[in-house]
Amino acid sequence: MAEHAIDISSIQRGSKMNAAEETTCLEVKDFNLFYGDKQALHGVNMTIPKNRVTAFIGPSGCGKSTLLRCFNRMNDLIDSVNIDGQMLLDGDDLNSRSVNVADLRRQVGMVFQKPNPFPKSIYENVAYGLRLQGVNDRATLDNVVEKSLKGAALWDEVKDRLHESAMGMSGGQQQRLVIARAIAIEPEVLLLDEPASALDPLSTLKIEELIHELKDKYTIVIVTHNMQQAARVSDYTAFMYMGELIEFGPTDELFTNPKKKQTEDYITGRYG
Amino acid sequence: MSDKSFSSWFKSGTPWVWLNAGAVSISLVMVVGLLGLIAVRGLSHFWPADVMEVSYTEPDQQIEVLIGEVIETETVPASQLKRIGIELPEGQISAERVLVKVGNRDYFGMDFRWVNAPWLGEASFPEELLSIERREWGRFYGRLVAVKQQGEVVASGDDAYEELQQRLTRSNDIIDAIKDLEYTEIGKINHGIESIRLDKRKLELDGVAEDSIRFAQLAEEKTQFDTDYSELQKQLAVLYTDLNRDQMVVKISDGREVEMPLAKIVLIHRPNAMGVAEKIGFYGHAVWDFVSGDPREANTEGGVFPAIFGTIMMVMIMAVLVTPFGVIAAVYLKEYAKQGPMIRLIRIAVNNLAGVPSIVYGVFGLGFFVYFLGGNIDELFFQASLPSPTFGTPGLMWASLTLAILTVPVVIVATEEGLSRIPRAIREGSLALGATKAETLWRTVLPMAAPAMMTGLILAVARAAGEVAPLMMVGVVKLAPALAVDNIAPYLHLDRQFMHLGFHIYDVGFQSPNVEAARPLVYATAILLVFIIIGLNLVAIQIRNRLRETYKASES
Repeated sequence: MAEHAIDISSIQRGSKMNAAEETTCLEVKDFNLFYGDKQALHGVNMTIPKNRVTAFIGPSGCGKSTLLRCFNRMNDLIDSVNIDGQMLLDGDDLNSRSVNVADLRRQVGMVFQKPNPFPKSIYENVAYGLRLQGVNDRATLDNVVEKSLKGAALWDEVKDRLHESAMGMSGGQQQRLVIARAIAIEPEVLLLDEPASALDPLSTLKIEELIHELKDKYTIVIVTHNMQQAARVSDYTAFMYMGELIEFGPTDELFTNPKKKQTEDYITGRYG
Repeated sequence: MSDKSFSSWFKSGTPWVWLNAGAVSISLVMVVGLLGLIAVRGLSHFWPADVMEVSYTEPDQQIEVLIGEVIETETVPASQLKRIGIELPEGQISAERVLVKVGNRDYFGMDFRWVNAPWLGEASFPEELLSIERREWGRFYGRLVAVKQQGEVVASGDDAYEELQQRLTRSNDIIDAIKDLEYTEIGKINHGIESIRLDKRKLELDGVAEDSIRFAQLAEEKTQFDTDYSELQKQLAVLYTDLNRDQMVVKISDGREVEMPLAKIVLIHRPNAMGVAEKIGFYGHAVWDFVSGDPREANTEGGVFPAIFGTIMMVMIMAVLVTPFGVIAAVYLKEYAKQGPMIRLIRIAVNNLAGVPSIVYGVFGLGFFVYFLGGNIDELFFQASLPSPTFGTPGLMWASLTLAILTVPVVIVATEEGLSRIPRAIREGSLALGATKAETLWRTVLPMAAPAMMTGLILAVARAAGEVAPLMMVGVVKLAPALAVDNIAPYLHLDRQFMHLGFHIYDVGFQSPNVEAARPLVYATAILLVFIIIGLNLVAIQIRNRLRETYKASES
């Protein structure tokens, strides 16, 4: 319990966030999700601003990963899932029938909890998304691979062994490779599902620095168990509990001055 | 106290370790013993054994001289000998009986003779004894008397053997030339004439008028072929006269002098005059001839090359057919089909297919592939050659297909297993990059499952290469006139019948006119079949290991 308690002074203070001045990227309206009979998300309403880092926090099983996986419709893979309510990307309902799921996922990239590079070379991992789009021109690919690996702060470590298997990299490198792979196709939104939970502290630090650098170009939504991490990297934080969104607001406000009792209890480590 | 120690010994698990180790050792001993027995029996056949000359006196009979190889010796109890009228000296309870290969079947009526050791005289191994391998009638043993050309003696005495070997080489060269001419040149002409006949028949079937220019063209082509043919016939006649030039005179064990043409002889050697090094060289040659030669004398002599070729060909075609078949079925079952009672039923059915007796597949292959599919293919595409069937008869294609059906469950099960072992994270990773399900399968999942597919294929190959029963119904024959691959377009003849090592073993062992002579060949063929199956498996395993290295999945 105690490890959940956080030192308020560790919160990094950037420019003061003001929800009213942001451009909306993702909007969730009255969103419910069911696994068979069991309801996992209850009437979630949320607006995720563009080019900001938004963190989802909450205890295990609170539905934060489930919500995240709705943004690129990863839950389509699970047969028993039913949804109702709206989820808008730049104003368009991403669950509508006319949306091509593959196109949506190109716009909304995702990085998973465990690094999951393909058993191919580093180069081919990064080029995978482009090759899917039919890009096979060597020069273009070289260019994008280099740019993406630089973007993921990995280039200097791997530039001499681009054609070696990605499976030989360390966990932290693999996770940054997966991020490079995701940004190679230039998505609008980047979903990070506990990206550092399987990594050592040093690799975690690198990933967090990377998130800072990436937010200029991408809207980032990150799920994390680690409240310090949420405080360090995010501009906005959503606290979820039992499938409900309890509180959403600028990170420093939510951590220093939570409006809800449940939020305060959670961030001070009283439960969760 | 000892009770306690026994129970603690039992609880420690040691007895189970011993039990398992014992079972493994017994299996190992059995496998090694099996292979050893087959190898020894089969491979010793090619060793140039010494030829013995010995006198043999049955009671109340004249002395005879035997020339031949000792094949085996067995001990017979005195009581049994007494029944056939042999009295052993007092106190001796058994005597030996020897199986001698005396050869010269056309003169003695049989190749092998059991003789009783007590009646045998002193054996000697004179260097000049010849062991002659003939094209017909099996082995021949005797002494060289003279070499003749057109009936005139050209050499006799000590230097006759040299002369004989030279002339034998010449006659063998001529035989090679004749074979070459008959198979390639005349084969081409026959093929040409046959296709002209078919073209003509096709024109008739299409209702083209009798005086059409096409008929005239065909007739002209046929005349051309006929001229070529008579030209070749003349060449052949010359070769045959050349071939029949030389004869040799051999004195056999009963003193008769026998004349035989060199054209009938494959190989002559003097085993008693050979040193060990020479014998090893000869042995290597004999094994090579066995592996690379064509069978002779109803398969009891000569080589097994067509059978090796047929076996490998069939297995490879089977592998090419079964892999896509099995993989596609497995991908559908695992990835696309809605999992439910129906799919479970199909899966059970597939698993049980592997347990159906293979002869049932043979019957199915004959009924469905050969008669139904083949018959229809003939009606549609080979109308001209009817009523003689092209595909409507057992052949390589149908045999491979039948075995593909037989082994497809193995590939399906292995591939499904492999697909279910691909981590979900990998699939999600691909989908999250905007890949469709098909793209994910094609680019990531299937390559990663390739080692599992190869495992399935290895099992399928092992099963198919050893299968004989269904093949007898769908394409294997005792003696195939031609290989499935040759120099006549389309080069690969899937409609041809073929020979197979497994069937060859059965045929040589049980269907041949001279079982005693053929028995070593059964073992030799068996060991060859085992080696080929091991070889095919090693190749597949090698490929799998390479794939595994390439697509090593994440350990986590």
